[in-house]
Amino acid sequence: MGPHHPSTHGVFRMMVTLDGETVVKLKPVFGYLHRNHEKIGENTTYLASMPYTDRLDYFCSMTNNWAYALAVEQLAGLPVPERAEYLRVILAELTRLLNHTCLAGFLLQDTGASGTPLMYAFREREKILDLFESLSGSRMMCNYQRFGGCRIDATPEWLAAARQLVNGYNAFLDEYEELITGNEILMARTQNVGVLSPALAVNAGITGPMLRASGVDYDLRKVDGYGYYPRFEFRIPLGDHGDTYDRYMVRMLEMRESIGILRQALDRIPEGPVMDPKAKIRGFKPKPGEHYGRIEGPKGEIGFYLISDGTANPYRYRVRPPSLINLTILEDLCLGHTLADAVIILGSIDIVLGEVDR
Amino acid sequence: METLAQIHERLAARFPAATLTLVPNPAPPAQASLLLDAAHAREIAVFLRDDPALRLDYCSNVTGVDWPEKEIVETTRSVQIDPAGGPPRTIEQKTKRLQPGCLEVVYHLYSMALKHGPVIIRLRTGNRSDQITLPSLTPVWRSCEFQEREIFDLFGIVFTDHPDLRRLLMWDEFTAHPMRKDYVEPDDYEWEPTPHDDVLAKAKAHYPAPAAKAE
Repeated sequence: MGPHHPSTHGVFRMMVTLDGETVVKLKPVFGYLHRNHEKIGENTTYLASMPYTDRLDYFCSMTNNWAYALAVEQLAGLPVPERAEYLRVILAELTRLLNHTCLAGFLLQDTGASGTPLMYAFREREKILDLFESLSGSRMMCNYQRFGGCRIDATPEWLAAARQLVNGYNAFLDEYEELITGNEILMARTQNVGVLSPALAVNAGITGPMLRASGVDYDLRKVDGYGYYPRFEFRIPLGDHGDTYDRYMVRMLEMRESIGILRQALDRIPEGPVMDPKAKIRGFKPKPGEHYGRIEGPKGEIGFYLISDGTANPYRYRVRPPSLINLTILEDLCLGHTLADAVIILGSIDIVLGEVDR
Repeated sequence: METLAQIHERLAARFPAATLTLVPNPAPPAQASLLLDAAHAREIAVFLRDDPALRLDYCSNVTGVDWPEKEIVETTRSVQIDPAGGPPRTIEQKTKRLQPGCLEVVYHLYSMALKHGPVIIRLRTGNRSDQITLPSLTPVWRSCEFQEREIFDLFGIVFTDHPDLRRLLMWDEFTAHPMRKDYVEPDDYEWEPTPHDDVLAKAKAHYPAPAAKAE
C-alpha cells in the first residue's frame, strides 16, 4: 500500500503480505519525505532551527516549538517569564485540541464515514488556526517560541477570543460524540481491533494517548511537571482494552481535560513581559554541554537532544519523533486483522509523515 | 532515584570485568552519562531494565553522534634557568596529538513504572572505518528497533543481533552515511537564474572558464 494512497496520511508505504484478506506480514517503508532535518539543524544556528521545527509535525507546530525552546533553555539555563509560561500552556493545549479533533475526523474517514465527520473536525480546526494566525502571523508554521519566552505578546482581545472558543468547545464535542461515540458501526469496526498490551507498549517506547489507551499512566505533564503544568488541575484519562476504540476515546476525554486546563490558564494569566529581558536573540551561544529536553506533545513524547560545543551551531541536533517510534508496533497490531482494519489501526496511531521521515 | 555515581558503583560491583566510565556534563541540568564497553553492554542493559530499584523499562531516545579524528595542539611552557646567570627563559613547546575518532550511540532511559530518569548510557565504536560494530539493544528495548536502523542508515554503525537491520530513511542502494561530519553532498548541479553564496561557488565551478579577450 502506498506511498500515494489516501489511507496512509501522507507518503508512507506498507509492504503488506496477505492471506486472502488477512494480514500475515507488514513492513513499513519510510523516507519519502526525508530531508535530513538533523543535518540542517547542525549547519544552522540554534534560532534558525526554530522555524524548521514547525515542519516536523505540521499539525502541532506550537508544541514542537515549545519542545525545542525548552531543550535549549535547559541546556543554557535560561529563565522564562511567567506570562510566557502561561501562553505556552494555552497554545500547547489548543494544539492538543486541534490535533485530537483532526485525528477523530481522519479516523472516521478511514472507517469509511467519508467527508462529514472530517469536515466537522476541520471547521473547529480552522477556528483554532485563526487564533494561531492572529497571534503568530501564520496558521500552521507558527514559529512562535523563542529561547527565554515567546515572540509576540497576546492582546486582551486575543485572550477574549480564545476564551470564547474554549467556552464553545464542549458543545462541539458533545455534538460530535453524540453522533459518533455511540455509533454502532464505529464500535463494530474499532472495538477489539489492534489490541496493544501494556507490556509491549512500554517496551516499544510508545508514548502519548496511544500508551495511555493501553492503561499505562504516564503523562509527562504530570511526570516531569515541565512548564507550569503542576499549577493546573487535570486528570489523565486511561484506556482499559488498548484497542482502536480506546485510542479514540482517550483522545476525546483528553480534550475535555485540555478545556479545563485552558479555562484555568486563561483565568489566571498574569500581566508582564513575554520575553526574558536578558535573553540574547542574536549571537546566542550556549556553553559546551549536552541536554535532552522533552515535553508531552499531542502525539507523544517529543524531545530534542542537543550537544553544544560552545559555537553558534549545535554540534548535534536530534529530534525524538513520537510518530516514528509509535509505528514500531504497527506490524504487531495488524497481524491477523483484515486489510481494511490495518487502515484504521494506522489511523489510530496518529502519524504525521513530516515528523516520521524528518 | 539513585544518582548516576551510585548506579556506577553498583554496576562496577556486579560486573567487575566491564569497563565503565562516568562522562560528566557541564551544562546546568548536568545530565551525566555512563560509557559502557561493547562486550558487556547487553548484560548491563538487561540489568538496568530488570533491577527492582531502577526498572528502566522505557528507552526513550536513541541517537548517534559522530566524533571525527581531531588534532589537538598542546602547549607546554617550561622555564629554563640560564647557567651563565642571565634572566630565566621561558620555552614554549607545541606538541601535536591526534585524538582518535569514534562513533557513539546514546540511549536515554526512563522508568515508566517508577517514573524516574533519565539514566543515559553511551557506547563507542573502536574507530570510524573498520571497527564499527556495536551490540544492538533492540532485544532489550523494542523501541530501539527503528532508531537503531536510523543510526545504521545515517551514521553507519552496524548493530549485531538487530532483527531487521536495513536502511530506514535513505534508499537501499545509497552507500554513504549523511550524518557523519565528513559527508560531502554529491555534486548534482542544477542551473539557477540567481545563484548566491555556496550555490554561486558551485555554479562557478560548472560554468566554462571565460575565454581570454583579444586586445
